[in-house]
Amino acid sequence: MKGVAITGMGIISSIGNSVEENYISLIENKIGISRIQNIPTVHTDAIKVGEIKKTNEELVAELQLSENNNFSRTAMIGTLAAKQAVENAGITSINEFRTGLISATSVGGMDMTEKHYYDYFENPDLIKYISCHDGGDVAEKIASELGLKGMVTTISTACSSAANAIMLGARLIKTGKLDRVIVGGTDALAKFTINGFKTLMILSDDYNKPFDNTRKGLNLGEAAAFLVLESDEMVQKFNKKVLARVSGYGNANDAFHQTASSENGDGAYLAMKKAFEISGLKPSEIDYINVHGTATPNNDLSEGRALLRIYEDGKVPDFSSTKPFTGHTLAAAAAIEAVYSVLAIQNSVVYPNLNFEIPMEEFELQPQTSLKMKNIEHVLSNSFGFGGNCSTLIFSANK
Amino acid sequence: MKKTYINGVGCISTQKTFDTVFLEEAVVNTNETVLSIVPPVYKDYISPAAIRRMAKGVKNGIVASALAMKDANIENVDAIITGTGLGCIEDSEKFLKNILDNNEEFLTPTSFIQSTHNTVGAQIALSLQCKGYNFTYVNGAVSFESALLDAKMQIEENEANSILVGGVDENGEYTLSLFKLAGRIKKEHDLPSNILNTNSTGVVYGEGASFFVLENERKDSTYAEILDIEIKNTLEENEVESELIAFLKVNNLEISDLDAVVFGFGGNNESDVYYKNLAENTFAKTTQLYYKHLSAEYDTASAFALWMASKIIKTQEIPEIVKVNSVKKPAYNTILLYNQVNGKNHSFTLLSK
Repeated sequence: MKGVAITGMGIISSIGNSVEENYISLIENKIGISRIQNIPTVHTDAIKVGEIKKTNEELVAELQLSENNNFSRTAMIGTLAAKQAVENAGITSINEFRTGLISATSVGGMDMTEKHYYDYFENPDLIKYISCHDGGDVAEKIASELGLKGMVTTISTACSSAANAIMLGARLIKTGKLDRVIVGGTDALAKFTINGFKTLMILSDDYNKPFDNTRKGLNLGEAAAFLVLESDEMVQKFNKKVLARVSGYGNANDAFHQTASSENGDGAYLAMKKAFEISGLKPSEIDYINVHGTATPNNDLSEGRALLRIYEDGKVPDFSSTKPFTGHTLAAAAAIEAVYSVLAIQNSVVYPNLNFEIPMEEFELQPQTSLKMKNIEHVLSNSFGFGGNCSTLIFSANK
Repeated sequence: MKKTYINGVGCISTQKTFDTVFLEEAVVNTNETVLSIVPPVYKDYISPAAIRRMAKGVKNGIVASALAMKDANIENVDAIITGTGLGCIEDSEKFLKNILDNNEEFLTPTSFIQSTHNTVGAQIALSLQCKGYNFTYVNGAVSFESALLDAKMQIEENEANSILVGGVDENGEYTLSLFKLAGRIKKEHDLPSNILNTNSTGVVYGEGASFFVLENERKDSTYAEILDIEIKNTLEENEVESELIAFLKVNNLEISDLDAVVFGFGGNNESDVYYKNLAENTFAKTTQLYYKHLSAEYDTASAFALWMASKIIKTQEIPEIVKVNSVKKPAYNTILLYNQVNGKNHSFTLLSK
């Protein structure tokens, strides 16, 4: 199985406003975790976040939106990333072929809803923001900015959303339903999610430490990333440069608890197993695993156990979580990590799992803690979400 | 390539669509701007403790999916795919209000957890212990059709043999008040509503949960075969007809091959113009049906239409209450569903006997 060609990428996160900036931050240990500035919250001093240091006004200006626009922050960063991806893929006439957009978000326009919730009735100027609440509005805005008229939809399965968007996109190309598709996810920081994760007591007050025995929880982040997938016919016809391929994917449900992962990582194990089946690859052929690694006690234990069930001999490939750089960007996480996976293949590099000190007492797993250069053919990327939603993607070098 | 059959249906709606034959007790309510579901007896399906804890959408989703599975006579499925516009919006409202009213203090996680869009699909998986593929789509009026398209692809590609697919949305009080403010819901002074002859904007808003068991084989319980689904984000009024004809052509069909067409007339005259030319010209000789006067409008209302069309193909009967015109056909074997809202999120769904 050759896999589906990736021909373009775009990203904005707390470690950079472009693919290049993100890559430089990853290899130079420039983290994006800081104190929150754009949202007034009582938790300012109690949490650290991966915030994009641009105000909404700056984003509006950058996107050259009209004054009466009703873009949520989620839609704005999503549009920035999607535009980069389309440009990177060299697409000029977007409706010339059957082109789709599969977006992913968990908060949608909640950032605007929470800001104006009680003011809508007092201030008629705000009413325009009511319709930007729902998740589909984000994809709608991105499609309209891209001028895309074809198939547009959105997946929302919490923190695995973007992985599922990439998965659906790959399947739409494979089955010949589309010629090319822009896939990814976007989520802005919101008081809603900050407080939600706070009540679940899985936010760290310090820098997140994935797979460390003393890990205390996650840092929330915001980001958007999109990739362009194209059929082989399109690649050949236009002699497109293929950055890498989506060679495997799998989604499974843990069916254990609404927010917690099962102790032995059933869902994660099944998702990885399916992805290997689709790709035809053996686990031993994976050169790097970009783990979900949120640094919550529950996730890392469950994911670690699932990894050890896949790698029964204990020989787990080099792995790391990039969330110490970006924070956990929820529905966008799998998309930004897809970009990082492709960059790992292109640049022959394993990113460090920052902040790791002490191995977990439950098993021997040790992430890669420093930058490592080596040839990388295949990367496995995990993303898990609430509702037991577990997704695995495998990216491979274009051969 | 395997074919996709609808082998079981379950519908909780603003009408009595369970424990009935087929809309014989349907009532058209033209005097209200918001309609609520006719609730099923939850305790027949869910434990009392869970009934108290669960969000409305979750409860309705669980009951509708249980009805569909019983109808198809199966105990479990390989995948669960859900569409929802706003998810469990009541819990989103509750959590957000608590944040704002209590200055981010004294919060409990329950409503935050339920507010996640994929809660319905996840809770069904949990109750069935279904560890298979589980996706949730949230894209306005094509949320449900996205789920349907995904399910059909899964069956075609042999990734699953049986799939539970559903569309679910619930009314949330504060959100409804915002929709009224934004003009999305019909003004009181524009009542009584008359969907087919409207001269006002806004719609009568509602809620519901419709689930379907899709399988790759024809059974005694089979309602219809799903031939094809297409989603288009944007179409101009004058582009719809040619898009539809092209869609039918891909399926080796012409307009004259259709026995009935189900339109998503919603009673908003700005949005319904999209159906006008089709109803008056393209499909003048086709039996035309509508449903939002019964189901009301919401993001996944089109799942109610699929339930209705499935029933028609299986029973070969069309309740008078859903007819737009008086055209009769000898048999109802091929039905097209067309829905859109305000010129966005168009979907074509094609069914056959």
